[in-house]
Amino acid sequence: MQKFQSTESYIAPRELEVAVNAAVALQRPLLVKGEPGTGKTVLAQEVARALGLPLIEWHIKSTTKAQQGLYEYDAVSRLRDGQLGDERVRDISNYILRGKLWEAFDSDTPVVLLIDEIDKADIEFPNDLLLELDRMQFHVYETRETVVAKHRPVVIITSNNEKELPDAFLRRCFFHFIRFPDRETMERILQAHYPDLRADLAREALQVFFQLREVGELKKKPATSELLDWLKLLMIEDMPAEALRSNDLKVALPPLYGALLKNEQDVHLFERLAFLSRARRQ
Amino acid sequence: MFAPFILELRKAGLPASITEWLALMGAMKAGVAGYDLEDFYYLARTTLVKDERHLDRFDRVFGEVFKGLEPPTTITGEVIQRELPAEWLQKLAERLFSAEEMAKIQALGGFEKLMETLKERLAEQKKRHQGGNRMIGTNGTSPFGAEGYNPEGVRIGQEGSRHRRAVKVWDKREFRDLDDDSALGSRAMKLALRRLRRFARQGEASELDIDGTIGATARNAGTLDLKMRPERRNAVKVLLLLDIGGSMDDHIRASEELFSAAKSEFKHLVHLYFHNCPYERFWKSNRRRSEQMLPTWEVLRTYGPDWRVVFVGDASMAPYEIVEPGGSVEHWNEEAGRVWLNRLTAHFRRVAWINPTPERHWGYTTSIGLIQDAVEGRMFPMTLDGLEGVARALR
Repeated sequence: MQKFQSTESYIAPRELEVAVNAAVALQRPLLVKGEPGTGKTVLAQEVARALGLPLIEWHIKSTTKAQQGLYEYDAVSRLRDGQLGDERVRDISNYILRGKLWEAFDSDTPVVLLIDEIDKADIEFPNDLLLELDRMQFHVYETRETVVAKHRPVVIITSNNEKELPDAFLRRCFFHFIRFPDRETMERILQAHYPDLRADLAREALQVFFQLREVGELKKKPATSELLDWLKLLMIEDMPAEALRSNDLKVALPPLYGALLKNEQDVHLFERLAFLSRARRQ
Repeated sequence: MFAPFILELRKAGLPASITEWLALMGAMKAGVAGYDLEDFYYLARTTLVKDERHLDRFDRVFGEVFKGLEPPTTITGEVIQRELPAEWLQKLAERLFSAEEMAKIQALGGFEKLMETLKERLAEQKKRHQGGNRMIGTNGTSPFGAEGYNPEGVRIGQEGSRHRRAVKVWDKREFRDLDDDSALGSRAMKLALRRLRRFARQGEASELDIDGTIGATARNAGTLDLKMRPERRNAVKVLLLLDIGGSMDDHIRASEELFSAAKSEFKHLVHLYFHNCPYERFWKSNRRRSEQMLPTWEVLRTYGPDWRVVFVGDASMAPYEIVEPGGSVEHWNEEAGRVWLNRLTAHFRRVAWINPTPERHWGYTTSIGLIQDAVEGRMFPMTLDGLEGVARALR
């Protein structure tokens, strides 16, 4: 199979390449953690593209059960059909709804399976998937069949650290922590996303961006995705680089700050800082 | 060569197990590391570390083991041959020697000879490294005559620019902030906290209400009428206020255990820090005291009266720190600590104070009595009985 490496649209540091390739080579799930907005979910899409495999996405919510990833037995519609005298009711397999994991196991080609934000689910959720991810098979009680993966999928799991994951689950995964990109990597990321971005604008925007991140008390620090959104806005507005250059964060908020600061407390914080520095100057 | 590494990791408190070690060996065999020490570092990290809090500890151990500060008996040829997969060694040899040299070695005695030479090389290299700082292969010990081989190709060694660059990756210790080094909370503590659970049905109706459905269907003369209801969830919200520094240093371990037990038990848990007595602001982070402040008024506004508040502190201080304005040891406070305590207890009706000092000593410290009054007697020792008292007080 092909090796994963940085693509035109996704800049992966060497450590991430090694982690992905190890997970692919040993067919183990790769658990990815990191600050929100550093490209955890995008990673799965890029891995799928780099390896030339289809991507199956399973987004986890607080109500998601592990069983839903395997299959669900829709007893309620069977009961309804039974009352209405539908013929379908005789075959139980008509009421087995396939989940994302089954879909991935049943695919004729290898696939990349993304289990997104696993920490959103109940605390027992990862434990319920241990055997399935380990052996890549499960049993359907209703029809007494065992579903075995035709090809072991490349499994990528993301977590935002809202809950601790159980040890037994972690043992079976490889782990990678996406660090916040440094300035140099960030420049490459910008280049990859907006090739026609003016160099002066990029430089000034990065200056403002990293300055903003250094303010310690922010509730939600702006991350890569916020920076990309903000730059897009700046480009649409055709903002001259000078508009950013004079921008001392102590004096005023950067233009179109709504893309960077997502929290009214953070905006207030900056307004207060600006007020204080103005008052001091007078 | 890796067995001591894993033992060192375990000694440093990383929960690396034989499963992970086998995975690492498997990945080496599959050629993921690419015979490059930096890649090997990344690979070992991705297989052996499962939590970003352990990354820093891993870096430290890796640096120690592979820098040779504590000379491992491992980089000698013998051990390598025992521990390393043969294919990996051969690939390494292919990197170390040029095609020409390979041909020469082949002429000298084939693969066996090659392995032997490689073994000697590695052993020699280790010895020399300890003795001085000469580069390997610069002296005339090579069996291949004057040409020798190109030391640039050596990746496993202790020298070479590539290696030095690689060392930096773990010597930078970029994950230092993430290491909280707290012992895992004891199970008993978690079970005691479990008594605080309050289940409630809130949110989206996503669960079939069987009783309701049967009732509704019967009323409907047998035609199915589905009733849904929201799931049961632990709805308790806890605000944990921790005293840090000064006299609390003796109780750090116990507080950490309590904290990690609480963290896994409550879905809604917010923790803030104060010093000795709460005043007009809290800190969000222990380390960045001066930067991450949260005004107490904001705490009162942000968290509603349905939050349960747990103070953790020894309440041992000079009485004026509680009763006098300006009593704080760290800054000038306009209003006395007692005023702020009263505000907090008036807003949050369910409050408890956990005191890690033994209960029998409480009577000897005036400030403990003052705090007892402020929290209306809801002070409990940090014992399992005490935690059950906390659970009762917060109900």
